[in-house]
Amino acid sequence: MRTAALAARILKQMRRDRRTLALMLFAPLIVLSLMYIVLAGDEQPARLAVFNLPADYIENLSRSNAQPVRMDEAAAMAALREGDVAAVLTVRSGKLYIYADGASPGKAGKALSLAESAWAYAQPAAPGGANTEVVYVYGYADMSLFDNCGPVLIGFLVFFFVFLVSGISFLQERTTGTLEKLLSTPIRRAEIVGGYLLGFGLLTSLQSALIVFFCVYVLGVVMVGSFGTVVLVTLSGALTALTFGLLLSTAAQSEFQMMQFIPLVIVPQVFFSGLFDLSPQLELIGRFTPLYYVADALRAVMHKGAGPAEILPSLCVMYGLALLFALANIRLLRKHRAL
Amino acid sequence: MSEVGIALENVDLFFGSNQVLRRVDLRIPQGAVCGLLGPSGCGKTTSVKVAAGILRASAGRAFVLGQPMPDLALMARIGYMAQSDALYLNLTAAENIEFFGALYGLRSRELRRRAEEVMDMVKLSADLKKPVRLYSGGMKRRLSLALAVLHHPPVLILDEPTVGIDPLLRQDIWLRLHEMAREGVTILVTTHVMDEAEKCDRLAMMREGLLLATGTPAEICALAGADSIERAFLRLSATRGETGAKAVTTASGGR
Repeated sequence: MRTAALAARILKQMRRDRRTLALMLFAPLIVLSLMYIVLAGDEQPARLAVFNLPADYIENLSRSNAQPVRMDEAAAMAALREGDVAAVLTVRSGKLYIYADGASPGKAGKALSLAESAWAYAQPAAPGGANTEVVYVYGYADMSLFDNCGPVLIGFLVFFFVFLVSGISFLQERTTGTLEKLLSTPIRRAEIVGGYLLGFGLLTSLQSALIVFFCVYVLGVVMVGSFGTVVLVTLSGALTALTFGLLLSTAAQSEFQMMQFIPLVIVPQVFFSGLFDLSPQLELIGRFTPLYYVADALRAVMHKGAGPAEILPSLCVMYGLALLFALANIRLLRKHRAL
Repeated sequence: MSEVGIALENVDLFFGSNQVLRRVDLRIPQGAVCGLLGPSGCGKTTSVKVAAGILRASAGRAFVLGQPMPDLALMARIGYMAQSDALYLNLTAAENIEFFGALYGLRSRELRRRAEEVMDMVKLSADLKKPVRLYSGGMKRRLSLALAVLHHPPVLILDEPTVGIDPLLRQDIWLRLHEMAREGVTILVTTHVMDEAEKCDRLAMMREGLLLATGTPAEICALAGADSIERAFLRLSATRGETGAKAVTTASGGR
């Protein structure tokens, strides 16, 4: 009863507070769109300066995603210095020489692999040498970086914005003095935490569904599993973020302190969420961050088509953490009222 | 009426190692308006929070309507007005009333009736549908008062209720408080305005966490040999500093 009244009040306040509502619902979509533009854009062909190369090799290069440009040696090296070309290729006494700019590892790596594969192709096939056959078990050959990061991004954005908005609005309850008034009524501490969970839970359901819809149907991120399962995981992650945000907001002294928690507890989680290939020791740290489980489950569903049963362990961790955070919060609220 | 509405019995309160209340002993009979008077930082707000059940006394006991605090069921029978206007600014007055009414378990029909009554009492009926952020400081204070009496509480605890309210309306509100007291409501009001103190049935003077004296305004003046509450306060502050002994309680000071 009181829990429902509190949840209804939160939703009513949110409807009036258009800016915060927009922050929760549309800011993640904008960030996702920007990431999409940066990560999913068509790969630009690599410009390679060539001199003294066999014509068939140059032709091979042209057929792959490279753009060979003939120049003399001096011009080629100058172009490399200017960053106009990704690498300089030449053949000396039957050996392929690749001059690359090691300071731009991404560009250099791409040029290297293009040059080498074209070179291998140009050599007479080894006797009885079979052609390589690559089978992509999950995902496919031209999956973009955005497809790869999509699940982590969805998990992170929902986690971040739910944490921020719920944490700050619970803090405002304290800084405006309404918490004191609230605590003078016969409401239980558990009912306060419950009301916030219900109110923001409803709001974040909408947010989760919107973000997943946008990613899958507007941005067209790779999606093998079911839409409903992805929303379920996203929402579960949001619930963990919600309880986490409310707990830290009870512990924080001011809105500014709440902001200080972001680089301390939110940003580091990104590095362990599977976005980067880490050593097993470092990966172990990830097991202690909630976002790891959200991202892991989302990847399993979106890339490998896992169903709810297969991601049950991750879901259990999320709900377990949410319960733990909520109970700790109810306990910590005693700081503000004895009963 | 001899029943005790609010009682603090030798209440000590510590925030960490900092002692905020020192053996505060106060009894307010049912149907009385008691003013807690003292400079800011003297422990007035802390005292009323103990009475309201928000804080628990480190030592000593607090009672409301004869039962020990803090107690959730009892908190439903207290109307509390905090020092800051505890209002949701982007909701309308009606929505604020609806929310707090629901917390006190008021049904919708009763709630609508009470909303009209209390808004009429604080002369805000015309602004019921207005978002509170458009209210002036005084209007917010009045709405806070309306919220405190919304559920017909037999005990009212008001922390600086008339700050920022114009003299005419302030007089009106004091009349209403006395009217409620006549109906049996026990009222504890904190103030640092001396002329308001004279409107109380009884007074408790407080300084640095200690009660200097309790009694009717006239008794306190007589005790201090002063002709005004203000002078009495100054004189009692001075003598307390010398004796450092127990608070002076006049004959009818509640014992």
